[in-house]
Amino acid sequence: MAEYKRPKSEAEFNKNFKQKKPLMNDTEAYYESSRCLFCYDAPCIQACPTHIDIPLFIKQIHTHNVTGASRTIFDSNWLGNACGIVCPTGVLCEGACVYNHQDVSPIQIGRLQNYATNQSINTNKKLFSVGASNGKKIAVIGAGPAGIACACEARTLGYDVDIFEAKEKPSGLTVHGVAPYKITNEEVLKEVEYLQNQLGFNIKYNTNIKSKQELSALESKYDAIFLGVGLGITRDLGLDGENLDGVIGAVEFIEELKNKQHKLAVPDKVVVIGGGNTAMDAASEAARMGARKTVIAYRNTKEKMGAYGFEYDLAISAGVDSLFNVIPIAIVGKDKVEGVKFAKTELVNGKLQTNMNNTFIVRCDLVIKATGQAKQGSLYELIDALETDNKTRITVDGNTFQTSNPKYFAGGDAINGGAEVVNAAYDGKMAAQGIHNWLNK
Amino acid sequence: MVDLSINFAGIKAPNPFWLASAPPTNSGYQIMKAFDAGWGGAVWKTLGVPVVNVSSRYGSVNYRDTRMMGFNNIELITDRPLIDNLREIEEVKKYFPDHAVIASLMVESKAEWEQIIKDVENAGADGIELNFGCPHGMCERGMGSAVGQEPEVLETIVGWVKNVANIPVITKLTPNISEITDPGLAAVKGGTDAISLINTIKSIVGIDLDTYAPLPIVDGKGTNGGYCGPAVKPIAMHMIRELAQHPEISKTPISGIGGVETWRDVVEFILLGATSVQVCTAVMHYGFGIVREMEAGLRQFMEDKNYKTIYDFAGKALPNVTEWKHLNLKHKVIAEINADKCIGCELCYIACDDGAHQAIALSRDRTIRIPNIIEENCVGCNLCSLVCPVEDCITMVKKDDGKEHLTWNEKTLNDEIPVTFNDDRAGGKHHFVPKPTDALKHKQ
Repeated sequence: MAEYKRPKSEAEFNKNFKQKKPLMNDTEAYYESSRCLFCYDAPCIQACPTHIDIPLFIKQIHTHNVTGASRTIFDSNWLGNACGIVCPTGVLCEGACVYNHQDVSPIQIGRLQNYATNQSINTNKKLFSVGASNGKKIAVIGAGPAGIACACEARTLGYDVDIFEAKEKPSGLTVHGVAPYKITNEEVLKEVEYLQNQLGFNIKYNTNIKSKQELSALESKYDAIFLGVGLGITRDLGLDGENLDGVIGAVEFIEELKNKQHKLAVPDKVVVIGGGNTAMDAASEAARMGARKTVIAYRNTKEKMGAYGFEYDLAISAGVDSLFNVIPIAIVGKDKVEGVKFAKTELVNGKLQTNMNNTFIVRCDLVIKATGQAKQGSLYELIDALETDNKTRITVDGNTFQTSNPKYFAGGDAINGGAEVVNAAYDGKMAAQGIHNWLNK
Repeated sequence: MVDLSINFAGIKAPNPFWLASAPPTNSGYQIMKAFDAGWGGAVWKTLGVPVVNVSSRYGSVNYRDTRMMGFNNIELITDRPLIDNLREIEEVKKYFPDHAVIASLMVESKAEWEQIIKDVENAGADGIELNFGCPHGMCERGMGSAVGQEPEVLETIVGWVKNVANIPVITKLTPNISEITDPGLAAVKGGTDAISLINTIKSIVGIDLDTYAPLPIVDGKGTNGGYCGPAVKPIAMHMIRELAQHPEISKTPISGIGGVETWRDVVEFILLGATSVQVCTAVMHYGFGIVREMEAGLRQFMEDKNYKTIYDFAGKALPNVTEWKHLNLKHKVIAEINADKCIGCELCYIACDDGAHQAIALSRDRTIRIPNIIEENCVGCNLCSLVCPVEDCITMVKKDDGKEHLTWNEKTLNDEIPVTFNDDRAGGKHHFVPKPTDALKHKQ
């Protein structure tokens, strides 16, 4: 059932994609920050992948030391502003807030964090300085959260840093892949600009490193290389009809949506294949673009979905329907997509099996595949002695983020197969320290 | 049936909730509005030779999400001509003949005192309150707390007043003094009919971090104000108790003032011997309607306890307020944590470890955040139960059998107290204290 009207203008688009975590005003921040208990060995700090001293920054906000709060946040997490907004705080810091144990609403940590960092960014407050130059250079491949974090940390340690980015904008999936109701591109880009103003790393856009020759050049010119390459395009499902017009990968769909906003035409009937957070985002977005019927189709039960419960609820509240225990077996249509043929699945002896005797077709005009992105395996093959695991994730040392090729370090989706911005931000920062320790051994 | 009416030193009122002499009683308009809202009495903003006031006048101490936990002002007595105030007193009494209207007064000479008393009596005031408490501005001119701090002067002026007054006289005391019983006794000797306290406490509520001026700021400068509001209630209660327990003062009715905002505050004041209460800050914060909660709460308390009038329980806490030396040293409580309610903030742990007696341990398994009380170290200080943010999660449980009773006083008489620096009878002699270097263990 359609809950949203088709957006015809930027204003209507913004209304349909209203921010889930709007910026707090001063009064909200004052009262919300007053509630923090300042727990000992606070569970929120432990739950944060970057271990931000959350009770400290909340107390700083409350005592009107917002600059100090912002410094506390960026000290642990270079993408502190973006993370305050896009982090799944309900399962991280806010999920760990002790108030939950007495059914008192947890502190809105993400929004408080954003309140502090936003002020520093908007006033271009200088919080960090470049370290004294040590004459060494680091190349970062990919200007996503991992790469940006690595660059920032390396600059404070005195390295020259060049980032090589395939696209024309920084921030990777934060710009291209995070749902517009979670964060605006403007918000993402201004944080990177703010960091770049202070720390002066270079980003070379539209520079896709993809050949052995290019890698060799980097190897000879730089003392260390950080791989923050993330994931690639959506994987093929290998279905008949997959190449028909009207079949698109979820990340590609979201990227196009974020670029074109209300100018993107989303047809009336949409099927989203997958059960992860990206599937929920894509479905929610299709519904918010005014699709009359959007259906999520997942091969297993609702409980088995990879998506967080709140992401599923958000999609449902946008008017999305769902089908469980169905697997696509073909995409049907002549010149363009006309539907998806599904088979029912069932659990037999603990294994999910497809019942080809029970098939049906769901009519639709657009199929969004949210079934995972391909890894950057072809790039990895070009790097000498670079080990990956059986899921094509780069293997790194857990503390130093060094790969099996000592000159290369890696972090973010390239090593975890796809996780949160905050994980990438942590990896990048730690990798810069890893590089520093390795070069100074 | 509960009867809230009082007869306070001859001043009758439908209930013990009075407005203190302050900005809310500046005019007949405000007092009529207050009586209409349910207040039983009002002490008119202090009358005298009218003053000239400054702008701004009030400052506050906010704590966490609470505004005006403490409040101060540098406003002086009335700045309105006496004749206007007298006319309005008359008018209020016409509309509310059964409510108490008390004229607060502050003048200098004997002749002025005699004249103004005659004036307010003619206007129909039910009583007089002598303002010997104002600790800002007026005291610089030899009035207010300047009088309250000089028991002999105070006694003399009370004497002048009592010589001419035909209506009851309440002497209002300043807390800016080391022994409240000194001016209290002087007031009684001067013949006062009742005492009210406390007036405000000399204070600086804040410094502006850009201009370095104290709050409230008057053109870049400031002065000490009079502190009041919820923060001063404990000081008021202590002083009320001191007067109520003094053998020569205890028969004089006490009107309690200082941080009263809720019915609980009212009951506590009455339990310590006050038989009327005066309120200012709560009204300046929430308006006259705040009295609804006080009245409903007081009635409920009295119904629950089966009291007909407030005199049935006035002073009931006094026998339990004693000197330290009479406390039972054999009484023993220790903390108990309710694991079902504990939310794992571990504030009790860190408060005890850093701020008290190292009697709470963290769980060895750090996935469990419910701390454990180390019974042998626990001295029953209450700190953990005070910092715990959960209702009724940490309770103090009685551990002694109640059979033994030994006070410091008795110990002294029995010659059992420690007398030398390293006396074996030191109370903490066998109490566990970690090694100093244990503080640095986490670095190893």
